[in-house]
Amino acid sequence: MSTKQILEKFEPRRQNLLMILHALQDNHPQNYLTEEALGETAKHLKLTKSSVYGVAKYYTMFSLKPRGKFVIRVCVSAVCELMKGQEVIGHLENVLGIKSGETTPCGTFTLEIAECLGQCQEAPSMMINEKVFNHLDEQKIREVITEYRKW
Amino acid sequence: MIKETRITLKNVGKINPESIDDYIAAGGYAGLKKALKMEPFSIIDEVLEAGLRGRGGAGFSTGTKKKFTSKSCLTCPQRYVVVNADEGEPGTFKDRVIMENDPHLYIEGTIIAAFSINATKGFIYLRGEYTGSIDKTRKAIAAAYERGFLGKNILDSGFDFDLELKLGAGSYLCGEELTMLESLEGKRGHPRIKPPFPAEKGVFGAPTLVNNVETLSNVPLIIANGKDWYRQFGTERSPGTKIFTISGKVKNPGYYEVEMGVSLRELIWDLAGGMSGDKPFKAALLGGAAGTFVDASMLDERMTYDNLREKGATLGSGAVIVMEEGDSVYNILHNCLRFFKHESCGKCVPCRVGTSMLVKGTEKLRNGVPDKRALLDQMVHESEIMAATSLCPLGQSPILPLKSAARYFAEDLLI
Ligand SMILES: Cc1cc2nc3c(=O)[nH]c(=O)nc-3n(C[C@H](O)[C@H](O)[C@H](O)COP(=O)(O)O)c2cc1C
Ligand code: SF4
Ligand code: FES
Repeated sequence: MSTKQILEKFEPRRQNLLMILHALQDNHPQNYLTEEALGETAKHLKLTKSSVYGVAKYYTMFSLKPRGKFVIRVCVSAVCELMKGQEVIGHLENVLGIKSGETTPCGTFTLEIAECLGQCQEAPSMMINEKVFNHLDEQKIREVITEYRKW
Repeated sequence: MIKETRITLKNVGKINPESIDDYIAAGGYAGLKKALKMEPFSIIDEVLEAGLRGRGGAGFSTGTKKKFTSKSCLTCPQRYVVVNADEGEPGTFKDRVIMENDPHLYIEGTIIAAFSINATKGFIYLRGEYTGSIDKTRKAIAAAYERGFLGKNILDSGFDFDLELKLGAGSYLCGEELTMLESLEGKRGHPRIKPPFPAEKGVFGAPTLVNNVETLSNVPLIIANGKDWYRQFGTERSPGTKIFTISGKVKNPGYYEVEMGVSLRELIWDLAGGMSGDKPFKAALLGGAAGTFVDASMLDERMTYDNLREKGATLGSGAVIVMEEGDSVYNILHNCLRFFKHESCGKCVPCRVGTSMLVKGTEKLRNGVPDKRALLDQMVHESEIMAATSLCPLGQSPILPLKSAARYFAEDLLI
């Protein structure tokens, strides 16, 4: 869908800004908000571009630079740490060959950290786009990533 | 042996969360039907006398809050209900369980709350990462509109109420009610100064009732069954049940709904199956990052808002993170302080600088300073200054885990 088509679905009111940014970001194959998207949003809501940018920049779920097709969010909060979650980031970095915050050169994966995903009962946990993965260990991480690589 | 008392979780696993017919067959929307025939003020009185207290963490009387909101600014053309579904406290997942398994329950509670304060518009502010809850809530709202539980002239009562789902975008601070209102208006998540409270000046400047998902889920039950039924559960000052989420080193981590007033020992050994390994219990972090550490001396204390507060602990969101002998309280404290540094919005100096200093201080405790005791005392002192001078409750939170860890587990922090 084009930026314009998405914007038309929302009444031009500031209170819709976060929902608009979510929709625009989800629509982009690289999971991010482009300059053009921010500019069009500002026009649609009659806001300055800088105030739209300020909001997009504030919230950690929004990205202003291109990301992978799959965004991996690894929980680093207390329960996951207690359940050996610190190792999860390391394993992912090894398997993907990137550091946290980076995107694989092929543009498939972006690795990010997140705070408690509300899965503490089955910690340690991560999400890949909309999907949750629990009870992570090295083997499970390898299996999951192998599966996603096929897509 | 204690057992669970499932009232808000009674449908979990028993009905299809995507079927409004299932919910109705299980007695759903009966509370709303009854409420619409009552006077709004008598609904508020019923909730007040039932003694329901906010399950979002602070334990404030829900009836009193409703009363304030219904009576403030009588000339205002519009009042609002905002559902706090931004669950982000580490160790907490009770609202997710409700939203994923029985979304109509909290939606019904929201409609009743709106009718009682005469609000015609409401928002659910739901965490952006909670994809399962978002999906179930979106479908439930659509179904409720289809059946006439939402929208114009609800069940021919003459009452109109619109409910809209709004998503957060990855900010713990937006779970704080005034910050949430800013975010709902499409702004950055910077807190507002209290007072005015949301009851006086909430979203778009109008009187607003902000309640947690679990709080609202109790409302249909109270209205359908009456305050006396509700008061048979729990204690005099903390009636009803509470959903505790138990995680960490227990055999059966998960969510458990029990009467208010059970002990930590009962939660861990009767419900969560005891410790997962051979090692003995060492510590529990109650209430998440903005919570308090306790040791084995607290195992038999009643888990109520007031009793725990008197003992210097907190019930908070109902998170119980269990640690065994050998686990490092230092590591978990460091994690909580890092969390606050990450989530601080940076608007005011005591919190922006203070959260960084506390993380650095904790790290210095490990990297060798000559007088660790003095450093720890100084950190506690800094957190007291933060609590006194920060603009919003986030800056007032680090003192909770820090002081309690220093009180019970100084040996872990000072090695
Ligand atoms: C930093 C911070 C984060 C909070 N996060 C949440 C949250 O995720 N969910 C919630 O219900 N309350 C949260 N609260 C508490 C709310 O500010 C508020 O007390 C609650 O929504 C009131 O609802 P209740 O009366 O039904 O408990 C948070 C408070 C603070 C200070
Ligand atoms: S206390 Fe912290 S989170 Fe709250 S306004 Fe100040 S800087 Fe922001
Ligand atoms: S602490 Fe990681 S999911 Fe809750």
